[in-house]
This record gives sequence, structure tokens and C-alpha cells, in this order.
Amino acid sequence: MKKQKTIGLRKMDAISFYAFTSPWLIGFLVLTVYPMITSLYMTFTDSGFSGDGKFIGLQNYINAFTVDALFIKTFWNSICYVLMFVPLSLILAFILGWLLSRSISGLSFFRTVFYLPYITAGVAVTILWGWIFNGSYGLLNYILSLIGIQGPNWLGDKHIALFCIVLMNLWTIGNSVIIMLAGIQDIPAAYYESARIDGASTFRQIFSITIPLSTPIIYFNLVVNIISSFQLFDQPYILTSGGPVDSTCTASLLLFRNAFQYGKMGYGSCIAWCLFVLIMVITLLLQKTSKRWVYYEG
Amino acid sequence: MSKLLSQSSSVRVGKTIIYIILIICCIICIAPFLWMVDSSFKSTAESYLFPPNLIPVKWMFSNYPAGWAAADFGLFTRNTVFMTLLSTIGTVISSAIVAYGFAKFRAKGSRLWFALLLGTMMLPLQVTLIPQYLLFNKLHMVNTYLPLIIPSWLGGGAFNIFLYHQFFRSLPLELNEAAKIDGASAFQTFARIMFPLLKPVALAVGVMALVYNWNNFLVPLIYLNSSDKFTLSIGLRYLYSSYGNTKVGPMMAVSVITIIPVIITFFVCQKYFIQGIKMSGIKI
Repeated sequence: MKKQKTIGLRKMDAISFYAFTSPWLIGFLVLTVYPMITSLYMTFTDSGFSGDGKFIGLQNYINAFTVDALFIKTFWNSICYVLMFVPLSLILAFILGWLLSRSISGLSFFRTVFYLPYITAGVAVTILWGWIFNGSYGLLNYILSLIGIQGPNWLGDKHIALFCIVLMNLWTIGNSVIIMLAGIQDIPAAYYESARIDGASTFRQIFSITIPLSTPIIYFNLVVNIISSFQLFDQPYILTSGGPVDSTCTASLLLFRNAFQYGKMGYGSCIAWCLFVLIMVITLLLQKTSKRWVYYEG
Repeated sequence: MSKLLSQSSSVRVGKTIIYIILIICCIICIAPFLWMVDSSFKSTAESYLFPPNLIPVKWMFSNYPAGWAAADFGLFTRNTVFMTLLSTIGTVISSAIVAYGFAKFRAKGSRLWFALLLGTMMLPLQVTLIPQYLLFNKLHMVNTYLPLIIPSWLGGGAFNIFLYHQFFRSLPLELNEAAKIDGASAFQTFARIMFPLLKPVALAVGVMALVYNWNNFLVPLIYLNSSDKFTLSIGLRYLYSSYGNTKVGPMMAVSVITIIPVIITFFVCQKYFIQGIKMSGIKI
């Protein structure tokens, strides 16, 4: 009798679980699992706009690595962007987070101001940055001219256009700053007190207490930033269309062009999967190494 | 005594340096916005001055109506509001329901599903973009708002489910048990007891979804192809591609108008934004 009742309860539990999670389960199966399988299959086809195409084996991959000169170039651009943006954003966010944690007055004011660019980031702000970076009439070159520097033609220069996009996006790291701040504030004050009694300098405290104990937050930001940076699309699409000389053409932009402008859905899927695999490999490698440098409580 | 004094003065010097750095960063954060407003009031001729005037000589208030009339921005605004509201409501409700299921019930495979849910956070949008497009195309939903709205009603994104999940886990299990003893069904418990407690998280999820949908660019770009369906971000980018840098004033004027709702939302609901981020970053 009692046993029957617990089985009944367990069944009720299972029914409730599937009932409540069903919206996500349906979404996951229809909008994630099914598309992923189809997309993997499509990488082996020459599908056009309709999605139908014939099986061509590894031809898309062979094309990508041997024929399409843009493929390697755009992936390299994406990697360069990630290598510039992610470390800079982490360092900057950590420094700002640490400064904000120094029991200063006006904390909520600073937090608000730092967060504002993040919240407004969109087409309007992208266009604004395009105007600020304008080589002839831009605000940036005006400021540089005040200290006697003749600024370059930022977005028009193939050597620095990608870096301009890095700068633009560094402006919107308020989110990471606040996450870092919350992590730093979580560190028990007792650690600092005993360090102070031992005569450790502020600098020493940062490197021996703050940084090691913030590694979980740093790791979280690192992974999230890498994944989102590899998806960079809006700014190159709006401001430079990938130029000059394809210097800002990212993997996402190449995918968009092939799939939605040229109608090469099969080849577009191939680019998508290459991007996905690249991101997966990097996050898995990070996860493997994380045990060595990320501090886990308990 | 003198040592103590010098120590406190070095602390003061340290604090001063901190304030100077923070204030410089604030200026960097704010200056582009000021420049945007400034440029929106300049005549075309004045935009092309170098060195630029920091304050317009002649205030061109007419840039605002001119920019607004350059395309049907009234319609784009209505479209954006419609799409944003429906998506946001969907996200707030459906992610709460799903998170409740994950937080309070166990079934065979529930752990695996949760791991998969967290895994989707790592999934780049690009992998599913093309087949999703083809699927919505087959269903004749391209050039409607459904591809933008439907995903919000189906869980509303792993991140939001995760936020709610954290919150549900923090609630005492006694609440459920008390409800069960009183004879409430699982759904009644959720709707009558849990949902009212959700307000802080729901607002955090809601404001973030609101801003995300308002600013979203890639997804509307792919699905909306006739100009009567455009959202503000797509309309603005078309204006930019046709104007280029020829009519900076009117373009900046429209840009200012499109970010004002975001800024107002932010200032009104600031508390919830900050709460949302704090909940997300820690203890993942």
C-alpha cells in the first residue's frame, strides 16, 4: 500500500516535470535539435534558397579550405578579433570592477554610467561610432588633433578597421564590470584583514587574494565573451560591409552573405559548423585547463 | 604618529587616483551620447566642419521631423513595440514555467535535460540559423513576426530559465509541501503561491528581454524583408545605407529617438537590471 503510494507520487512528479518543462522541450527539439541535425546534413549538400539540394560529400569543406580564399581570411579575422577583444575586455572589466569595490562613494552612480553603453548597444550606437571614427570629421580625430596627432582614417584603413570594432565594443563592457564587481565583493573581508596584519601591500593583496579568488568569475566572463565575440556580426555588417579589403569580414558575416544573399544554404551551413566546432574546441580546452587555474570553493 | 598620518594621506592619494580614473571612464561612457545629441542638431554644412563646433552655431530642430519622415519610422516604432512586447511577455511567462519544472520536480532524465539546457547557452546562434529559417519558410512565416516571437514562448532562452531556476531553488521546499497538504495541484501551487513571489526575478528577466528584443538586429534582418514589417533597428540601418554620411543630422536625430525608450527603461528599472546580472554571474 505504502509502496504503491510512493510510486504514484514519483509518477506524479515525473508528469509535473514534463508538463512544466514541455514548452522548452518542444522548443529544444524543434528549434535546436532538428535544425542542428539538418544543418549538419546540409553541410554535405549543395542546398540553395529552398533548402533542397543533392549530396555532394565533402565538397563544401574542400571548397572552404582550398577554393574560397575568403573562408580562411574571415576565420582568421574572427580569431584576431577574439584575441584582441577578449583579453582587453577582461583586464579592463577586472580593473574597473576592482576600483568600484574600493568602498568609494557614488558607487551606484558609476555603476549606472558604466552600464549605460551596454544597454543601448544597437544599430543607433553603431552608426554613432561610425561617425565618431570618421577620418575627416570624426570626434576621435578632433580629440587627437588637440594633442597634435593626425588621426588615421580609422574604419577606412584595412590595418586598423578591425581594431576600431574592438574599441567600439570595449565601450560596452559594463555588464562584465558589474559581474566582476559582484565577484570581488563576495570575497570575505577576513582574508584582506589577515593579509594586512602580515603587512601585505595593496598590490600584493590583488595578486594573492583578489585575482585567485575571482578566477571563477573571470572564467565565466572568459567563456561567455569568447562565444559571443566569435559571433560578431552587427558592426562589420552595418559599418564596413566587411571591408576595407575584407579586413573586417567575420565568419558570421561570411555565413550571412553565403546563406542569405547568395542563397548557398549548404555552404552557409558548412561555415556555421566550422564556427561551431572552433568554438566548441576552444571552450572544451578552456574547461580542461580550468581545473588548474580556477579556484573552486570546498 | 607621523607614520599614521602619512599612511592616511597615502590612502587619500590612492582614493583620489581611483576617483580620477573612474571619472575619466565616466566621461568616455557619456561623451559619445553627448556627441550624438550634439550632431543631431547640426546642419549638414556644420557637420562637415573640422575642427567641429562642440556646440551647434545654429540649432537645427528640423533635423528631427526630417529624419523621422525619411522613412516610415512611426510604423517601424509600432512594429518594434508589438514584436518586443509579445516576445518579452512570452519570455517572462514561459521561462518561469519551465524553470519551475526543473527546480521542483524530478523525473528519469531530468538531470540530463538540465545539462542540455545549460549546454544550449554555449551554442552559437549561427548553427541553427539556416535550418530554422528554412523551417519557418516552409511554414510560410518568413516576413511575419512569428519567427521572432515563437522562440520566446518556448522557454525564452536558457539564460532566463537559469535565472528563474536559481530563484526557485532558494525558496523553501515547505512552501510546496504546505500547498500539497492543502490539496493544491502542481499548477495551482505554481500560479497561486510561486508566481506572486517571482516579481523581482520576473522584472529582471523582463527588462533584460525588453532591451534585448528592442536592440535585436540579426534575427529581424533575416526574417523581415518588406519595409512595412521593419523594426526600428532594421529601418535605421536602411536609412544609414541610403544616407551614408551625407545627412548626419537627421540620421543622428532618429538614432537619438530610438535609444530614448531604452534609456528611460533603464533608469526606471535600474535596480532589476543590476539584480539580474548579479544573479547570473555568480555560482554558475
